[in-house]
Amino acid sequence: MNTETEPAFFETNAAPGVVGQPLSRVDGRAKVTGQAKYSAEYNHLPGLAHAVFKTSDVAKGRITGFDASAAQRVPGVLAILTHQNLPQPAVSPNTPEGKKTIGMGVQMGFLPLTSDQIHYAAQPVAMVVADTLEHAQHAAALLRVQVAPEAPTASYQDAKAQRFDPSKGKGAGEGRGNAAAAFASAPIQLSGTYTHALNHHNPMEPGATTAHWEAPDRLLVYDTAQGMAWMQKSLSKMLGLPADQVRVITKYLGGGFGCKGSTWPHTILTVLAAKAVGRPVKLALTRPQMFTGMGHREDQEQTLRLGATKDGKLLALLHEKTSTTSPWDDYAETNAKIIGMLYQCPAFEAKLQLARANVMTSTYMRAPGEAPGSFALESAMDDLAYRVGVDPIQIRLLNHADKDPSTGKPWSSKSLKQCYQRGAELFGWSQRNAQNGQTRDGKLLVGWGMATASYPVHSGQGNARVRLYADGHAVAQAAATDLGTGTYTVMTQVAADALGLTPDKVRFELGDTVLPTTIISGGSMAAGTVSSSVYLAAQDAWQKLIKVAVMDAKSPLFRAKPADVEVVQGRLQLKATPGKGEDFAALMKRAGLDDVEGMATGRYGAGYESAQAALNAKSDDAGKDDAGQHSMHSFGAHFCEVKVDPELGTVRVTKWVSVIAGGRILNPKTARSQIMGGAIMGIGAALMEQTVRDQNLARYTNASLADYHIPVNADVPDMTVEFIDEHDPYINAMGVKGIGEVSIVGTAAAVGNAIFHATGRRLRSLPITPDKVLDALRQPA
Amino acid sequence: MQSDLFPDSDAPQPDDSSRRSFMKQAGGILGLALAPPLVAQAERLTAYSKTIEGATEVTLRVNGQARTLRIEPRVTLLDALREYLDLTGTKKGCDHGQCGACTVHVDGRRINSCLTLAVMQQGKEITTIEGLAQGEQLHPMQEAFIKHDGFQCGYCTPGQIMSGVACVKEGHAGTDAQAREWMSGNLCRCGAYANILAAVREVAQRG
Ligand code: FES
Ligand code: FES
Repeated sequence: MNTETEPAFFETNAAPGVVGQPLSRVDGRAKVTGQAKYSAEYNHLPGLAHAVFKTSDVAKGRITGFDASAAQRVPGVLAILTHQNLPQPAVSPNTPEGKKTIGMGVQMGFLPLTSDQIHYAAQPVAMVVADTLEHAQHAAALLRVQVAPEAPTASYQDAKAQRFDPSKGKGAGEGRGNAAAAFASAPIQLSGTYTHALNHHNPMEPGATTAHWEAPDRLLVYDTAQGMAWMQKSLSKMLGLPADQVRVITKYLGGGFGCKGSTWPHTILTVLAAKAVGRPVKLALTRPQMFTGMGHREDQEQTLRLGATKDGKLLALLHEKTSTTSPWDDYAETNAKIIGMLYQCPAFEAKLQLARANVMTSTYMRAPGEAPGSFALESAMDDLAYRVGVDPIQIRLLNHADKDPSTGKPWSSKSLKQCYQRGAELFGWSQRNAQNGQTRDGKLLVGWGMATASYPVHSGQGNARVRLYADGHAVAQAAATDLGTGTYTVMTQVAADALGLTPDKVRFELGDTVLPTTIISGGSMAAGTVSSSVYLAAQDAWQKLIKVAVMDAKSPLFRAKPADVEVVQGRLQLKATPGKGEDFAALMKRAGLDDVEGMATGRYGAGYESAQAALNAKSDDAGKDDAGQHSMHSFGAHFCEVKVDPELGTVRVTKWVSVIAGGRILNPKTARSQIMGGAIMGIGAALMEQTVRDQNLARYTNASLADYHIPVNADVPDMTVEFIDEHDPYINAMGVKGIGEVSIVGTAAAVGNAIFHATGRRLRSLPITPDKVLDALRQPA
Repeated sequence: MQSDLFPDSDAPQPDDSSRRSFMKQAGGILGLALAPPLVAQAERLTAYSKTIEGATEVTLRVNGQARTLRIEPRVTLLDALREYLDLTGTKKGCDHGQCGACTVHVDGRRINSCLTLAVMQQGKEITTIEGLAQGEQLHPMQEAFIKHDGFQCGYCTPGQIMSGVACVKEGHAGTDAQAREWMSGNLCRCGAYANILAAVREVAQRG
């Protein structure tokens, strides 16, 4: 081991352990028996009261008054809280300065119940707190809200929407070369406009907050939080409390997909309500409120122009995106990033336009930017393949980027070609009919499509603690969350291997801000960050024990140099003469140590690479900055078969293959599930998911799970998932890239491309519902 | 669509105590004029409740145990379990019969517990996810879900398992296509469907 750098898992764990094994989830038993406690299920708090929101029927206007006479008469009502009587936060996100103070944890620059203004439909305008849920619901129904309504703006499609370029004044936009000129002179010119419907994350567990003031200045919150530290910080800032006075607990999280990454209004409002009534208060959003409570993927339109040589080599990419945003914020998914990096192309330009409307702020949803961006790019690449007359895989190989074209940096690792090859084998792609519209199964039209996936390795860091007991048990801890991602399980595996124990002797604890601070479970960053910090914390514990051993006259390692000692499977031994050494348990017993603790910071992505470079620097490197040598991404390929009913316009996905290269796969069982889940969400976006906003009233017309369709079991075919083994030494100590988001990237395009192959019709508007298919089939191919 | 996707008339069916029968029963409680058979049914129901307004004493048999609680007649079975009996294993995903997260068994049939009132389920045998295992011994469906990774976040899981057990018992897990169809009332946003199918089919095949 090179002692000047942090140890890497590759070096200390040559022998196969449980990392990489398909362990069943360690939290499985709790989940199948109903013992796993989610955030709305802490009923033990004394005097726990229930809160419900009263929401606005109009999307824009002013509250002129309340009539609470009937509501107040409902027995058990503790408080009816409005902007007139709710205790106000110390800092609100309503101003840019306030939002900046609160930090990354708050996505929306507006907090309801702070003024009489109504800015979006179903905005909370009052809260009713009562002893039972039924009393609170009943009183909320009886509460009358008087409103002076105004005409709202519904979306970017609304002519009166105010449009702006959010990058104005923030430096240059993205791009390279002269894309317009390169496009104008390109022998092949393709242009398409792609629309992506508004999507909602809709995790099965609605957002929920249980707020308990343990003391006048000390708060405990059970919340549906993907990011513990973000929520702790944002709440402490809004409340004017030191961060240590706010404790957030999320032991189990019923999905999130991005929408539980931020502190949304219901959390802080429930906390303020608990303060107002002097009792613990629980609020769970209703399913309709989930459509107006925790953000969404914005409705958007992209125009992609693609210029290429006659044989299909890219010359120019020009991308324009228009999407809807709220009255205050300028958030938009960054679609342009994947369009600029996925293929070798000398000229690229991207423009972004936002339109203000009466909607809440959109937020990151699984692969924000990469998912809708790849729909445009991968559909266009498919068009290019047909235009040039080559196989869709061939066109992608022809334009394969050997370096990151957006930065010129080499990849830390890239196994995309293997993904294409293996995916094609598993799918039987070589049997594909090169002509579209030619394959039939009875009256059904059969089509095969594929698309490329990629997602960046962001930069992150976080802490972990490992406590090893002399009896051979261990506990590892970090304030991470497990939203179905397998964090409990994979971190148990990492700690077990790092300590030379079997996983049944190890418990991983997460979901509580009293544990070591780590990164949000988002951006596919958690697995890489938390695993490396757990691994390094174990190494720290070993270093402490090595010091004990070399100072212990009774140890065979007495007076050895610590750097000459290694730990293999829990045995401390001399590197040169491994026969000389002893087991940790014997050492600890003799030394009277019941336990030993290690603590470490794990880094991930560019932060890891530059830290390693700095630790390895020579003295004449002082002041030199060579951070971020590599471009880091996971890659993959999705293959899809559809059957289209030409009479009904229905599309069924009948076969699916995903092959993913995501660095080290900590657990192929949970990883396979995660990839399938992402692909299914992509199938949903491709074929059925859309929240419809009425263009006059700016209200959602289908805010329920009966009307917002997500895939059900019968929509999902047999799926094959494989991983390409990658050893990437640049991304973190474990070599983990993260896979939560690459799973969805390209999936909608794979479906659209299969529909094109089946029908000869290119559908560029998601979701591809039967009406659109029938319309297209009525047009000439 | 295959014929095995359609119910046989005498096979046990999923029964979610439809809104219509609830309306009739509620009307009975309010004392409106009703046809004689319904009056009898209403009387049978009101006999369990001492008063017809405000909180009243209700006895439910849950997981083999009689549990008495004071609730209003409008409390759903789901809320009675979660909020009054602290049986939070049964989940609330929509509260409107759209997701299946709240699936429990009543007299052996699967129902959405958000679509029925607790008072209507007196005198019946209610089984929740907490009552499926025999002590430490998990039900084969629970074992199969762990083995096949039939979940990620776990929030839909109690409902999926209760539905899966009933689906097998109903004889609706005979083929993959049939099981997919008859498990489609239980949404899973994490997308564990293929693994749920594997678990249900394995239990069905073991018989
Ligand atoms: S909570 Fe009952 S069906 Fe969704
Ligand atoms: S496991 Fe998360 S919703 Fe099914």
